[in-house]
Parts: sequence; structure tokens; C-alpha cells
Amino acid sequence: MPNVPDVPLDGLYGDLILEHFRGPRNRAVLPDADLEAEEFNPFCGDRIILQLKLDDTGRVVQVGVQSEGCSIIQATASLMSEAMRGKKLEELEDLAGLFRETMRGNTEDENPSADLGPLQSLTVVRRFPVRIKCALLPWVALEEGIKNYRSSQTRDQ
Amino acid sequence: MTDRNASTQKGDPLLEFDVAKIKDDFPILKQTVNGKPLVYLDNAATSQKPQSVIDALVDYYSADNSNVHRGVHTLSQRATDHYEEARSKIRRFINADDDRELIFVRGTTEAINLVAQTFGRENIREGDEIIISAMEHHSNIVPWQILCQEQGATLKIAPIDDSGELLLDDFENLLNPKTKLVSLVHVSNALGSIIPAKRVIEMAHAHGVPVLLDGAQAVAHCRVDVQDLDCDFYAFSGHKLYGPTGIGILYGKADLLEAMPPYQGGGEMIRSVTFEKTLYNVLPHKFEAGTPNIAGSIGLGAAVDYVNELGIERIGAYEKQLLEYGTELLSQISSVQLIGTAQDKSGILSFVMDGIHPHDIGTILDAEGIAIRTGHHCAQPLMDRYGIAATARASLAFYNTREDLDALAEAIDRVIEVFS
Ligand SMILES: Cc1ncc(COP(=O)(O)O)c(C=O)c1O
Repeated sequence: MPNVPDVPLDGLYGDLILEHFRGPRNRAVLPDADLEAEEFNPFCGDRIILQLKLDDTGRVVQVGVQSEGCSIIQATASLMSEAMRGKKLEELEDLAGLFRETMRGNTEDENPSADLGPLQSLTVVRRFPVRIKCALLPWVALEEGIKNYRSSQTRDQ
Repeated sequence: MTDRNASTQKGDPLLEFDVAKIKDDFPILKQTVNGKPLVYLDNAATSQKPQSVIDALVDYYSADNSNVHRGVHTLSQRATDHYEEARSKIRRFINADDDRELIFVRGTTEAINLVAQTFGRENIREGDEIIISAMEHHSNIVPWQILCQEQGATLKIAPIDDSGELLLDDFENLLNPKTKLVSLVHVSNALGSIIPAKRVIEMAHAHGVPVLLDGAQAVAHCRVDVQDLDCDFYAFSGHKLYGPTGIGILYGKADLLEAMPPYQGGGEMIRSVTFEKTLYNVLPHKFEAGTPNIAGSIGLGAAVDYVNELGIERIGAYEKQLLEYGTELLSQISSVQLIGTAQDKSGILSFVMDGIHPHDIGTILDAEGIAIRTGHHCAQPLMDRYGIAATARASLAFYNTREDLDALAEAIDRVIEVFS
């Protein structure tokens, strides 16, 4: 059997992505989440339910992810869940913004953004434009969740 | 290299079918994708076009372009002649009785919407029922849902078994005095199942119910004879029949079409207009408001010529052998599960793989130059029926070869490797 070619698959199924796909982190249902959002892509069946628990200072202390679908959404959800702990919602929004910007950016840029940490492994998806939405879905859930959380907070006051 | 040993039978139509020569007629197939020769296995989504169809479009715009049915000048006459010749060719292809029974539309979707909005609005009332099947394309679901909502009618769903065969007894039991229309997919785009159309139509007619067949996946792969079927409406798209996009056919029995109100208002579909009253044009023009897709119609006529030259029976026999070969190949891969295993089946190989999402399969196959479709194939209720979100689907045409299917199987091995 010939080896999997690096080109043209271009490392889409690299070690980190496959590792997170096979062993997704923070896969849990949180009974008392402060923030929750669900996103679904009916075309392929990609689905994510994201839950966050915050401490008194507004930092993420616990993340619960339930995801279904292709390797890209599952790996993204897992990598994202690891990046969120200890962060405030504003910081998460910044991270989501940075990720989104990077994914839409120049595909030739070898070092897109050092600030993404392990999430940087997902930038390879930029070379597969039809798959970018798979990597963005968990972030859409995060942003929706934050939006809903804020509006419920203002309603409660 | 894995050993693949799907059997080759002697005296098969494969040998009589000069695929290399046929492939030569399709310029698009002569390219590489991601450094590999293109293997096009997405024919159910749209088929490729032979040079003769491309030439027909170029010739029309280069030599004859003009509006139809409107001018006294030479070009207009030529355009009109070619446009109407195309209609006759297609009429003979599906063995309709009369050119007036063929309406040029944009495609299957528009054909079904036309029937829903004219025949449907006129004949379907509160409490009435329309029967479709569990394996319809969204375009044979949504127009009826809209109509049912408008009229207060109900959509009834004829079930299928796990192999993807229509359950005839259950279908027959759904027929009752409230049933006003049956609208069924002739060949399922997601499973490949061919329904026993003649039987179904007999059953419906025994209850006095007219039948529409969605032939989008049928006309390019098997002989369709609308008189032999005795169907009341037949819808198909040109682009799946090696013709251009944006053109298709609604066939309807003349008496039904005569009784139906027009679909859209405008030029071409009228005989005379005053501000008080408009007289509608005769068939088929009553349903062809506005300047039609003249080039598309002529291109579709050329596609029908091409198919006739190869012979639709030979095409069907060849594709059946390819399907058997492909079925055997994929059945040998233990992590592949075929979805749709009806006895009577067209060239569609829909499958899922253990723990690997169809999108990942599609991406890895694309890297190997192999084009397949992944997703719900516009048949979400059918996916729900099987408890899956999506499948990977390879769909065949007569320009495909056993080598194409070997390449598919090898690429699936690669998918397994990547995820192992
Ligand atoms: C069974 C079936 N019906 C209807 C359609 C709709 O055809 P079109 O998009 O050409 O109108 C398709 C095409 O995907 C189909 O496969």
C-alpha cells in the first residue's frame, strides 16, 4: 500500500486533528451550565451542543461538548474546548474573532497566527474551502451562546 | 495493491461498448484533478456534456440566434424551427403521442411546481390527499406541502423497506376516494431504487387517481415510454440527460393539460390580450410564458440525438454491469455499508462507513481526483428513515469504466488508512 500522500491532502488529516477526532476532550453534559448553545448544519448533519460553566469572576471553569459529524467539526470542538478554560467571555470573543479571521485569510500564509496555540493546526482547513464551515460551526455556537447569555443577563437585572 | 476480484462475464455489453471512444466525446473528462486523472462519479447530480451538445449551443448562437414564434424574418423562422424540432425529438424519445404534450420548463423542479400550482390548485381541495413516497427528492415534497397548506389537504407517505423498495401493498392501501394525486420518484437519486412504475400507475388508475412520475434519474438510464407507462405527468431535467442546465420537460396528457389553468402570465402564452380579457394560447405555448430557453432546448435535442445513437437500452445494460461490478467491489470492503440495495436498481452506489463521516470520505476521494457527492442528497426525510445524516454517493454514467470503480475502491482503502 502506498503511503497517504501529503500532497494534495496537504496534511488535512494531521496528527493533532485526528487525535482530537478520536479522543475528543471535554465531551460531557453539564447539568448546571450558565451558557448553552446548539448549532446544526442540515446539509451534512454536523451538530454541536456547547455548554460553559462560569465562576464568580466570569471565567470559564467547565466546558461540556456534545458534537457529531465529520472529523473537522469534532476536532475543532475538542481543540476549542481546551482553549476556553480560565478565559472570560470577552477573551473568548476575541479568540473566536481571531480564528474566524484566520480561517478566511490568506491560505499561503505559513504562520497565520501564533496566538491561536494548538488551534493553529486547524488552519490547514483553509486549503479546503468547502470544509471551512465545518471548522467554524463550534465558534458560531460559542458566539450565539455568549449573545444569548448576555441578553438573559440584562433581562434579569 | 489490494486484490480485487469482481467477476467479468463473457459476452457482456461491456465489450460491445467502446467506452474509450465514447469518453473522447466528452472534453471535460480529459483533465486531471489534484494531479490525478478525473474520475467523475457524480452523474446523479449532473451529467457531463458531449461535444455535440456543446456544438449545438455554439452553432445556435453563432448562426441562428433569434426569438421564437415572433418574427417574420429568416433567423426567427430558423430559431423557431430548431426549437420545435427539439421538442419533437424529445417527444419521440419518451414516446409521447403529441408535441403539444411536452412543455419546456427549467427542470424537474419547475415541472413539479407547475403541476402543483395549476392542476393542484384546481383539483385538490380541503380534506383531499396526495400520495408521495418515503424516498422523494425535496422537489417532490415541498411543492406538495405548499399546496396542502394552501388548500387544507394532506400529504400521505408510501413507505419503503430497508432495501429501498416501495412497499406496494402499503401504497395500495393508501389509495382512497380522498386521494387526488400520486406523485412518485421513478428512480431514487439517493438509493437508486427503480419503482415498479407500471404497477403503481395501474393501482392508482383503478382508483381514478392521476400519477406524476419524477423521472429526473430515470430518462438518462432506462427506456421511458410515457404511453406504455400510461403516466399522466412525467418530469425530468435536461442536465442529467447530458444536456444543458436550465432546461427540462414536463410531459402531460393533452386532456389534463387542456383543462389546467396557465402557470405564469406573459408573452407567448396568450392568443389575444385586451385590458378586459385575455385568451390563452394553445398547448404547449399556454404553459411557456415569456422568451423560452431556446438554446437549452436545442442543446437538449442534441443530447437526445447522442443518447439515441448509443441506444438507451445498451446504455442501461452497460450501466447495470458497471453497477454490479461496483456493488461487488464495495461489498468486499467490510467497513463500507451500502444504503439502497433494491432488486431493481439504477447506477447509484450510496454508502456510509463505520466511524467516518461522508464529508471526510468526499475530501479524501477528491484528493485522488474522484468526484462523488456527499450529504443528504436533497432527501432529508429518507436519511431520517435510515437514521443517518448523510451518505457518500457514487453515481454512474455510460462513460464510466471498471477502472473508475477500481479507482473508487482504492481511494476508499486510502480513507480507511487515513482514519486507521
Ligand atoms: C429524483 C430527483 N428529483 C428532482 C430533482 C431536481 O432536479 P432539478 O434540480 O434539475 O430541478 C433531482 C435532482 O437532483 C432528482 O435527483
